[in-house]
Amino acid sequence: MTFLAKRYSVLPGFGVSLGYAIFWLGLIVLLPLAALILKSSELGWGPFWETVSAPRVVASLQLSFGTAALAALINCVMGFLVAWVLVRYRFPGKRFVDALVDLPFALPTAVAGIALTTIYAPNGWLGQYLEPLGLKVAFTPTGIVIALIFVSLPFVVRTVQPVLEDLEGELEEAATCLGADRWQIFRRVIFPATLPALMTGSAMAFARATGEFGSVIFIAGNIPLVSEIAPLIIISKLEQYDYLGATAVAVVMLMLSFSVLFAINLLQWWTSRRHGMK
Amino acid sequence: MASRSLLTSEQAWVRYALTTFALLFLLVFLLVPLVSVFWEALSKGWELYAAALTEYEAWQAIKLTLIAAAISVPLNLVFGVAAAWAIARFEFRGKSLLTTLIDLPFSVSPVVAGLMYVLLFGSHGWLGNWLSAHDIQIIFAVPGIVLATVFVTFPFVARELIPLMQAQGQDEEQAAIVLGASGFAAFWHVTLPNIKWGLLYGVILTNARAMGEFGAVSVVSGHIRGETNTIPLHVEILYNEYNFVGAFACASILAMLALVTLAIKTVIEWRIERQHEASLVRTQQARAALV
Repeated sequence: MTFLAKRYSVLPGFGVSLGYAIFWLGLIVLLPLAALILKSSELGWGPFWETVSAPRVVASLQLSFGTAALAALINCVMGFLVAWVLVRYRFPGKRFVDALVDLPFALPTAVAGIALTTIYAPNGWLGQYLEPLGLKVAFTPTGIVIALIFVSLPFVVRTVQPVLEDLEGELEEAATCLGADRWQIFRRVIFPATLPALMTGSAMAFARATGEFGSVIFIAGNIPLVSEIAPLIIISKLEQYDYLGATAVAVVMLMLSFSVLFAINLLQWWTSRRHGMK
Repeated sequence: MASRSLLTSEQAWVRYALTTFALLFLLVFLLVPLVSVFWEALSKGWELYAAALTEYEAWQAIKLTLIAAAISVPLNLVFGVAAAWAIARFEFRGKSLLTTLIDLPFSVSPVVAGLMYVLLFGSHGWLGNWLSAHDIQIIFAVPGIVLATVFVTFPFVARELIPLMQAQGQDEEQAAIVLGASGFAAFWHVTLPNIKWGLLYGVILTNARAMGEFGAVSVVSGHIRGETNTIPLHVEILYNEYNFVGAFACASILAMLALVTLAIKTVIEWRIERQHEASLVRTQQARAALV
């Protein structure tokens, strides 16, 4: 491993630690990923396209990515608000609320799934009030969005929160002295500084939500063409021993989520550079 | 933010409105689902709750979940420490590529992760023939569940340690080595005390995810009752059989696990804050002594 090292260091263990990290990464992540890609190449272009352009598959991909985008957008607003309130305002029980924000990280998704389904079912705690208003949540795409909001909320809050904490008060004081009102200060001073973090957080929320399975599967109702998510298509193809079909859908999901992540990374790099140059 | 002056804060009604709105949102979206788990579990009384938890299949699921976590958490702990040591302590080519690849499992759907292992180790997989010739079963058995769990929890420890060790710098370890400590002694007596809280933080996050993973484990487990069902999979089966008390009773164990995780996490955060403050004070004292 010494040929990789750029600079001599007195600390030992470079070869061992890097070697082990690469070995484990290869075994757990890269080898299985290679198996997936190799398998999909077995299919050939024509059958691959036929599989992934089937109406049920297209509908499920649209649903998975559409609901994930909507949930990320809602979390972008609500996550920012929660982070703002936690950093800037004082209220009783703040420590508890701060800890509660991490609940979706700690609560298994299947538990969240059955809990949300029970709450939003037509006779559930919230469902019974929404039903008369004509709002059906459980067993519809709306339910999927609710579940995805739940699982991805902490990503936005936890990336924006430290940036808001580190903002220097002097900038706002200066802006106030120069005659800006609160809204102008928010728009011109605070928001641009937190934008890169907000975008990173939302991108992570989106990435997590596109592949989410456990919390969605219970509340979705899983009606083909209406509320059937892409991971479920993979599972049902696997249950019919259609390994090639499952692989094709999985490869499309992977490519879509990687390219979205890549695009957002680029956008974020561009924003932080523009912000840095000002 | 107690010292924020009136001039650089919003008017009182704006503050109250925003706070109320945010808290209502958290109440409906986070607290209500959490409370409902315990409410539903106990809705038919304690006896049924206890009966649901002492059932044979529930016990087997609890045991399997503990075994899977007990194997996968240490594996990822060792990997996380090794990766953080290499990345935070040395400069080498391809470092940012390695960091990106470590995060990769976060952007792979758990179901796709499960599928990858089926393609590799399943009976129709690349290694399927060889494995069955040697009578080794990975998919639809415990090893597959462990592998899937390791995959989904892969980045947690490393992600927690890398920024922490980068921020701490390597001066203390270099001093130890220069003073004649062996590499292992330097790690054990210098690095480990510095990173212990971050390490624990990574471990409890890994553990929470490991015990609760659903999608990836669901693909590789085969759902054999009493044999390859973890608690989350058992919850699904009971729920689909309309045994709601049983499903929510098992779910309540996982919810308690989540609450314990959050409590430990809060304590650790408080500790890290204090350690940080203490080290600031020490630096100031050292500076004062020099002057």
